Amino acid sequence: MNAKNKSPRKTANGAAHAGAKVYFNARLVDPSSNRDEPGGIVIKDGVIADIGPHLRRNAPEGAEVVDCKGHVLAPGLIDAQVYTGEPGNEHRETLKTASQAAAAGGVTTIVVMPDTNPVIDQVALVDFIQRRARDNAVVHVHTMAAATKGLKGEEITEIGLLKRAGAIAFSNGKSSIANTRVMRNALLYGRDFDALIAHHTEDPYLSQNASMNAGEVATRLALPGVSKAAETILLERDVRLVEMTKGRYHAATISCAESLEVVRAAKVHSLPVTCGVSINHLTLNENDIGPYRTFFKLRPPLRRDEDRVAMIRGLGSGEIDIIVSSHDPQDADDKRRPFAEATDGAVGLETLLPAALRLHHSGELPLLTIFRALTVNPAKLLGLDAGRLIKGAVADVILVDLGQPWVVNKDELRSRSKNTPFDESKMQGRVLRTLVAGNTVYQYGGAERA
Amino acid sequence: MTSAAAKVEALHFPHRHLLTCEGLSATEINFLLDLADKAADANRQPGNRRDVLRGRTLINLFFEASTRTQASFELAAKRLCADVLNMNVSTSSVQKGETLLDTAMTLNAMRPDIIVVRHHSAGAVELLSQKVDCSVVNAGDGAHQHPTQALLDALTIRRAKGRLSGLLVAICGDILHSRVARSNINVLNALGARVRIIAPSTLLPAASERLGAEVFTDMWKGVEDADVIMMLRLQRERMLGSYVPSTREYFHFFGLDHEKLTRARPDALIMHPGPMNRGVEIASTVADHSRSVIHDQVEMGVAVRMAVLEALARNLPN
Repeated sequence: MNAKNKSPRKTANGAAHAGAKVYFNARLVDPSSNRDEPGGIVIKDGVIADIGPHLRRNAPEGAEVVDCKGHVLAPGLIDAQVYTGEPGNEHRETLKTASQAAAAGGVTTIVVMPDTNPVIDQVALVDFIQRRARDNAVVHVHTMAAATKGLKGEEITEIGLLKRAGAIAFSNGKSSIANTRVMRNALLYGRDFDALIAHHTEDPYLSQNASMNAGEVATRLALPGVSKAAETILLERDVRLVEMTKGRYHAATISCAESLEVVRAAKVHSLPVTCGVSINHLTLNENDIGPYRTFFKLRPPLRRDEDRVAMIRGLGSGEIDIIVSSHDPQDADDKRRPFAEATDGAVGLETLLPAALRLHHSGELPLLTIFRALTVNPAKLLGLDAGRLIKGAVADVILVDLGQPWVVNKDELRSRSKNTPFDESKMQGRVLRTLVAGNTVYQYGGAERA
Repeated sequence: MTSAAAKVEALHFPHRHLLTCEGLSATEINFLLDLADKAADANRQPGNRRDVLRGRTLINLFFEASTRTQASFELAAKRLCADVLNMNVSTSSVQKGETLLDTAMTLNAMRPDIIVVRHHSAGAVELLSQKVDCSVVNAGDGAHQHPTQALLDALTIRRAKGRLSGLLVAICGDILHSRVARSNINVLNALGARVRIIAPSTLLPAASERLGAEVFTDMWKGVEDADVIMMLRLQRERMLGSYVPSTREYFHFFGLDHEKLTRARPDALIMHPGPMNRGVEIASTVADHSRSVIHDQVEMGVAVRMAVLEALARNLPN
């Protein structure tokens, strides 16, 4: 098409780009190189062979071309906290359905959590996940292995052998390690293997039976609440243990301003501490629970709006490193119960990016900041060679229409479970196409796996 | 003995008790090793009894179960013609609630010449030694000290290598709970050997780099070019998730197998204070390797204990 424009190296390019695919006329957004400019990319053999403004209009000869029509080309998202039901609860979600939901949401790498049945606490189970993912998943799947056997918080797992088998990090899943000595040992032992310990921080004694954030709303609803101190107390303890052991530590999902203070102080002291926040805690607050809406029952619970605003501030300042979907499929039977009896969790893979873009459209966060927390930061944290839109990188790429308005319909979600807090919500921004290693695994309104 | 002050040191072990290796000089240690060396040779001859402890009484007071150390001390004492009394803790007054100090004073009233003590608490032997009039030998106090073990290890190495000075000794395993490691670090440093300690961080004590050894958490690096690899026993209750996740993982990363052995010098000695957990801290075939001196250690144990008893007996009043 536009390749007729003269270029001194046209013939050389033409030969080099045989079998290549060119995405031109795009807005390139890549936090790893601080790039936000018009341009295009060339994908060959699953790798980004070329990138830059020179590809805005000019597609090299011999290449297949895709007109991006000015939409955003960004690195595929990396979601570091995804619960599935495989193995053990496949009726909620399998690796396959989770990966399809991920692809539709522009997520090209998911990290699955060890809270399965059986728990991923053995080498053979890490291997099982990897084999199942290889055979069934359309996006990259990595395994977060259990930090303690059976997630019981009593005995540390074979961190060395699990890491060698491919476990990308270690977590106690949805439960916290209450025993300080065990947490110390996990960090200390993990340090010998440069293992990352990701921890859900919630004091199990303070949060016992709690079903939402303690405060006025909980009191009016007469629901047992948990103070945010339950989160901060354990986080403070963990930071002290990191100081003592120098083990790599990640607070999985913080949810209140006080926790942000703790992380900030740890970072000021150059401790190996990072933290994440779930998309829900950036876009929702406890008032959304309204008349006992159980699809807003989450862990950590939705907090006051001041806390949500603090989370956005933390992302802006870089004190919060990553955003996760905390995708947690639950079937309707477990959700449609009296609030206190309903299970926690919400699906989120397909709404992660559109929900995050709310912060862009509202002017609360720059686009690059949002993408940074969804791409290069999780890649760095997890040691993944991904999340970067640069020459030579694996072509995990998404094409996003930032402006397209749409309304979430839970029945259209690819996830096997439909427990989204965003049902019937208005969104602005939609993933048009998702590439994994150069292959289209999702295309909006079109045939998948083109 | 009093004629030449310079000679006194070489012919004499100037202590009433043997409680710790910390602070022992190279001269004192070599004096004991020389004595033990002769005893070891003599032990290989028939009719090897000497009567330097004739008429002396030795009490073996073991508050913690032990087979080999107790037997070793008993045999050493009997080869020197001492009268030996083994105090069996399970039938002793300790079970009836007597305190350590009351036990000490009761035994003291029986006027023994030497008491050999093992106790599960660090410092207990030292405490006991303050309350008795006889000599006391520490046969292990908690994770603190086990002096005769370090001496027998030094003798084993010296007989195999001809020296200790300049050798690189890697001690690997549960350093945190090990009296063997602490005692060995003292003796090896005094004799001019270089010491490395190797363990997962959960089995290293705080400030372990201050003990006089290089610290490694990667065994492949830690045994690199070692002249001696000394493996430590991992207690069963520490294997399952509290300090290390499993025996499988421990063996993979910290067990001495042929692969890790190839990183050491080709003539490296393989040592273990026993009792061994084959397949946990040491591969069975490595334990039985031609370079394994594990059985020599047991033999040297008797000789070293004879030397210690003889040296202390020389200082006893008649």
